[in-house]
Amino acid sequence: MGTILFELALTFYFAATIVSIIEIFKGGTESSKPMLFIAGAGFLIHSASIIYRYAAAGHLPVTSMHEASSFFAWCIVLIFFLLEYRYKIGIMGSFIMPVVFIMMLSSSVLPREIRPLSPALQSYWLGIHTFLAFLGNAAFATAAGIGVMYLLQEHYLKSKHLGGLFKRLPSIQVLDEINYRLITIGFPLLTLAIITGALWAESAWGSWWRWDPKEVWSLITWFIYALVLHVRLTAGWRGKRAAILSIIGFLTILFTFFGVNLLLKSLHSFS
Amino acid sequence: MKILVIGLNHKTADVEIRERLAFNGPKLEEGIFGLREIPEVKEVALLSTCNRVEIYSCVDDSYSASENIKKFLSDFHGMQRNDFEKALYVITDSDAVRHVLRVASSLDSMVVGEPQILGQIKDTFDFALSKKTTGVLLNRLMKKAISTAKRVRTETRIAENAVSISFAAVELAKKIFTDLSGKSFMLLGAGEMAELAARHLVGNGVTDVKVVNRTYDRGCELAKEFNGKPVRFEDFLQELANTDIIICSTGAPTYVLYKEQMQKVLKERKHRPVFIIDISVPRNIDPEINKIDGVYLYDVDDLQGVVETNMLERKKEAERAEKIIDEEVEKFLKWMSSLDSVPTIVALRQKAEEVKTEEFEKFKNKFPELDDEKIKAVEYLATAIINKLIHPPTVALKEDTEDRDELIAMIKKLYGINGDDNEE
Repeated sequence: MGTILFELALTFYFAATIVSIIEIFKGGTESSKPMLFIAGAGFLIHSASIIYRYAAAGHLPVTSMHEASSFFAWCIVLIFFLLEYRYKIGIMGSFIMPVVFIMMLSSSVLPREIRPLSPALQSYWLGIHTFLAFLGNAAFATAAGIGVMYLLQEHYLKSKHLGGLFKRLPSIQVLDEINYRLITIGFPLLTLAIITGALWAESAWGSWWRWDPKEVWSLITWFIYALVLHVRLTAGWRGKRAAILSIIGFLTILFTFFGVNLLLKSLHSFS
Repeated sequence: MKILVIGLNHKTADVEIRERLAFNGPKLEEGIFGLREIPEVKEVALLSTCNRVEIYSCVDDSYSASENIKKFLSDFHGMQRNDFEKALYVITDSDAVRHVLRVASSLDSMVVGEPQILGQIKDTFDFALSKKTTGVLLNRLMKKAISTAKRVRTETRIAENAVSISFAAVELAKKIFTDLSGKSFMLLGAGEMAELAARHLVGNGVTDVKVVNRTYDRGCELAKEFNGKPVRFEDFLQELANTDIIICSTGAPTYVLYKEQMQKVLKERKHRPVFIIDISVPRNIDPEINKIDGVYLYDVDDLQGVVETNMLERKKEAERAEKIIDEEVEKFLKWMSSLDSVPTIVALRQKAEEVKTEEFEKFKNKFPELDDEKIKAVEYLATAIINKLIHPPTVALKEDTEDRDELIAMIKKLYGINGDDNEE
């Protein structure tokens, strides 16, 4: 049952990705409704699959790479739909759904069995800490997608070739505003995730901070986004620079998420 | 009955003739009643705008009707027929239907895709309705024209592309700032094109307007016009930090704004974006400025390029619109042909037979004890009743009266016969 739901969600995201990519090449005239509908269906099924696994494991399903990737993807889609509800920029899906699909695809190839959780980690902190971290990182991921849209629209305006997606992309001001908003949402979430992580570490392992690679890279991410906010507020680094920084920030997150788990030895690694 | 369109537009007649043949104000009512007096004209509606005068009518005989309409135009406007006849087009049947749909959809307009014409068509229709000069056919045609125009507008992007320089400027501004309300704007210099673009920006909600002119008095004058404040030419650099959109058209022989100056301005405004339109020839703003992050500089040629791309786009959309028109003309003609009496008589007969058969079956099931002879007698009775009932409408439909179209429509409605017409 859990597998079926997961595979179904993956299939819907795949379909949404294909439709969203076709939209890019169709240029101006098409509406995003079909894509939103498919992605919405995928999201509901995906939610069901996560709830199912939650019930089966007895805790938030984020303790293996398979679960974590899937949950990360779910958080991104959640934020995507919140943004869509607020701003109605359907074409955004063309920049976010592919990322979601890749997340889900990598989740699908990783081992899926539910493993018993080590007693040290059995705590209510698990849900709080990871949910904050994933939601924050998902906000940053979406910000990076918006950043790409910004750079594209900025390129159209500067080069004065107003073909392609120019008409469908919103104004650079709106894109910049969304980017900023997402980072101001993601940053406190990440901050709280680090604080709750430290509290949890204290109770589980007996020390606040152990210079674990995941901790270090999360701190690096935190500093990058602190910098993004700082230079925007003091030096007016908005627009193009903010967009580029948000993309760099997301690359760091990807490394924290995949790289640390796969390459470095970490207390956070789940294998 | 035939649909007949007689008219002239900006392509066939110059403004002088259009003016003289226009039906303005009270003339519209006089005109439409005058046309109604023509014996061949059964239904009529009259459109009169600054770009076209058109008479939509349903007539028995299109040749004699068009002769009489021309004569009426000549008498009504006191013009010699020779003076305007060459400018007139006379269109009938399916071409007339197509013409009306194209006009309403703004495919025949001077600026293809402009939205006003649909409103004018609606007014024409409402006016004719209120004066009761139209009937089944024209009412239907006008409704069709309006629904087709809406379809064209929602299914194609014909009206979306800015095809003038000043509209292109507004379109670009909206891709930089989303909402122009509350944005500040500087008109640097003067000139027809610059002022037009400025007017469009103000029309789109730009509030804080600054007008800079080398002659301060001229600046004051223009500022009054745009509800803005005049700024002396020497001071314009200081104002730039608080300006989001600049239109420049000074006629100076050299640049009036250099990259280094603009860089400083941008730092001052914390890199909030600036949109600069340089309409002047030779250019007044250093083109290098476009390289600064957050500054978008467009000169006349750039805007012209935008307009041309949009023109191409609009042409493509117009082709799609023509396809929609084809479909709708087809539907309308189908409806018109269904108005012929023969299919209606057949349908009426069928309907009656259906009712009879249905009721007769029910009757038989209810009284299974009846023998064949009695059943036959009852069937005979039923047939006699429906025949008597549909006889008078059949005779009326066969008669070639003036109001046959209306009669057909009425009978269809009364007896619940839909024909092939599935919409609306």
